[in-house]
Amino acid sequence: MRRRIGTHIGRGLLSLAMTVVLLGSAVTSVDAKAFRWSFQGDALTMDPYHNNETMTLDFLSNIYEGLVRRGKSMEIEPALATEWTTRAPDTWRFKLRPGVKFHDGTPFTADDVIFSLERAKSEASDVKPFVQGIKTIRKIDDVTIDIVTDGPRPILLNSIVRWYILPKSWFEKHNTVKVHKLGTAETNYAALHANGTGPFMLKSRQPDVQTVLVQNPQWWDKAEHNITEAIFRPIKADATRVAGLLSAELDMMYPVPLQDITRVSRTTGVKVMQSPEVRTIFLGLDVSRDQLLYSSVKGANPFKDRRVRLAFYQAIDIKAIHEKVMFGASRPTALLIGPGITGFDVKLDQRFPYDVEASKRLLAEAGYPNGFEVTFDCPNDRYVNDEAICQAVTAMLARVGVKVRLNAQTKAKHFQKIRAKDTSFYLLGWTPASLDMHETFSYIVTTGSEWNIGGYSNPKVDELLGRIAVEINANNRQALISEAMKLTKEDIPQLPLHQQTLAWGAKSNVDLVQLADNSFALRWVRVK
Amino acid sequence: MIAFVLSRLLQSAVVMVAVAVIAFFLFRYVGDPVLAMTGQETSREDQERLRTQLGLNDPLVVQVFRFLGRGVSGDFGISYRQRRPVTEMLVERLPATLELSVVSALFALAVGIPMGVYSALRRDTWLSRVFQVVSLIGISLPPFLVGILLIFVFAVLLGWLPSSGRGEVVSLGWWTTGFLTLSGLQALLLPALTLGLYQMTLLMRLVRSEMLEVLRTDYVKFARARGLTDRTVHFGHALRNTLVPVITVTALQLGSVIAFAVITETVFQWPGMGYQFIQAVASVDVPVMAAYLVMVGFIFVTINLSADLLYYGVDPRLRLERTVIGGQADRGA
Repeated sequence: MRRRIGTHIGRGLLSLAMTVVLLGSAVTSVDAKAFRWSFQGDALTMDPYHNNETMTLDFLSNIYEGLVRRGKSMEIEPALATEWTTRAPDTWRFKLRPGVKFHDGTPFTADDVIFSLERAKSEASDVKPFVQGIKTIRKIDDVTIDIVTDGPRPILLNSIVRWYILPKSWFEKHNTVKVHKLGTAETNYAALHANGTGPFMLKSRQPDVQTVLVQNPQWWDKAEHNITEAIFRPIKADATRVAGLLSAELDMMYPVPLQDITRVSRTTGVKVMQSPEVRTIFLGLDVSRDQLLYSSVKGANPFKDRRVRLAFYQAIDIKAIHEKVMFGASRPTALLIGPGITGFDVKLDQRFPYDVEASKRLLAEAGYPNGFEVTFDCPNDRYVNDEAICQAVTAMLARVGVKVRLNAQTKAKHFQKIRAKDTSFYLLGWTPASLDMHETFSYIVTTGSEWNIGGYSNPKVDELLGRIAVEINANNRQALISEAMKLTKEDIPQLPLHQQTLAWGAKSNVDLVQLADNSFALRWVRVK
Repeated sequence: MIAFVLSRLLQSAVVMVAVAVIAFFLFRYVGDPVLAMTGQETSREDQERLRTQLGLNDPLVVQVFRFLGRGVSGDFGISYRQRRPVTEMLVERLPATLELSVVSALFALAVGIPMGVYSALRRDTWLSRVFQVVSLIGISLPPFLVGILLIFVFAVLLGWLPSSGRGEVVSLGWWTTGFLTLSGLQALLLPALTLGLYQMTLLMRLVRSEMLEVLRTDYVKFARARGLTDRTVHFGHALRNTLVPVITVTALQLGSVIAFAVITETVFQWPGMGYQFIQAVASVDVPVMAAYLVMVGFIFVTINLSADLLYYGVDPRLRLERTVIGGQADRGA
């Protein structure tokens, strides 16, 4: 009796399952014309001032816009501002674009710009660094403003690319004039809703599940894209994301894991786009302490001796890392910045040669003929193949007698450790948001700066950077930059490795533009 | 009886508090939430201000009691990452995990038990041997491998089923269900299969060995001697007694599945609580992690409590003797 029931149930379930499966092969997905894309993480919020996180701000560039934006070759071009002139070293006059409307129909005026500045400077805003050089904004009329900076700011435009302009009335209406402090019970309306001037409007937002954008028919610019609806889903698991592209469920996804690039490019119907990224990966050394925290050397700091630093540098076979660890998806470098960053100087981009014998000799000269032990801190989920790079470096240093204890851990713990300067030897990557050399160096190289974890201090470099910050003449500025980079390069407080290469996957019938800062803009996407 | 229930409830409360306190202390070692929440350019002053605001600079004792006090009233705070109440976030994701877990458990029951019975009754047939091999594979293969394999075959090669996500869901009040749409059902198949495979093989092996043991007992021999049909003996008596440990195992498995469907949810990008937990760990979203652990503790405590109460109700000897056998119940006529 039971068996019959059991069998019936079993058979029933089996037939249901088969029907569902077979129907799948016959029915195409709903919204077949929507553009579907995926990234390994989600945008953190729809509020542009909540989190200064690269992917979040890139995503929001489809909905919100700033006074200026970057074009297809990363050049700065007008967006909500049509032109600008410097009337004094610290005063810029911007003419705002007339006739622009926010998605809810309210017109864009100078008041919105002033409101946006105040909100960006509010206590809980994470985009303060973008506007810290701006002292105040004076309204001349509805379409003209004067931005007064805190001293001369030659790279003002670079800094404000990701400072999006918000609609004053809408934010006031929804009680989020100041960015909400964390810990307050009220949910920030702007975290789940958006109202910008950009080419796309936010239709729905389910954090970590799906975000849907629709075309803004009132957009002020001529649309180069042909997307009416775009659906974004984060897919964390690499294999699943690749499967989504190969099964034609996704029109575009990034990043393509390095080991899958060959496979994806060989599959018909999809393609891989690769180009250099502006993120530089480098190794840092503690050059300030009298005794390293995590090494076998007592009473002295081997990294204070330039010969040891150079020995480490020359022990690294960057070509092997490029070919075997990065599968060719890297650009070996000698500088902390790469092509695409203002100030890059190709003449200086020559690495010290890989030379195991020279390395051993230098170590012996410095008093470590048998090498020494040191702990190496590395993240394992932040940069492309970060742990693999560290393992390769560990093996290479072993060859010259340096025994490295590799401490690879998740990024949350790794950054906590190195930010606290609790390290002797570490790996770090850096992209300056403004794409300017000064930003990288002011965070990593100047004496006492936030991410100058090794404690490097060169007063001449500091002085040069001070002048670079205010030098308006581009040629003079470049000369100063090159000099500062040359000095830093010779001092070897850090060992630059490479710039990563981006790998995006897309259907063959999708035309898009791949920018070196890994930002994906829908406004250039055409589906043939 | 009342005393028994009360004592069990008290024990459960103690377990919950212990889980909460241990969870709290664990989270001091998972990384700095403030660094995870802010950009690389955020200044040290801003970070300190945020730390104070979140109460991370308060003395340890204060933090522990604040955590426990809030937890008792169900307030798990605001997620660091999404800046929304944690309770709201968990409730949003609960239906996805529950639907997946229950369907996988049903699949495991529907396939595992018949397989186990068959391979116990017909020990020497080739089909029974096939079942044995399948169960060995099912127990040995890690779930993420099974998941990726299924995705590869059914989504990439054949294109029959979606490779990730939950498909379209229908809202019924605060519950969202994937059962009412075709894409929802399609999306459910592969993850449920992946999650259910291990449970199914476990059940199959359990049922098989239990059945074999029961079939050897005296009362089964006497039942046969009395002339009862094979069907009555096998299913009326043997299987019934086999089911008691099966219920135990299924109940405990269900708890594990609900709590730890993390891997399957990550592979299939299934928007459930397990995936949410993994995200919270990676972004040091302490309130979500804490809420999740407390909830998992609660699920296990409830399931164990129910199982204990169920035995008490089911096994007459327990009521008479007023002793409880916590694991497998004895067999009885």
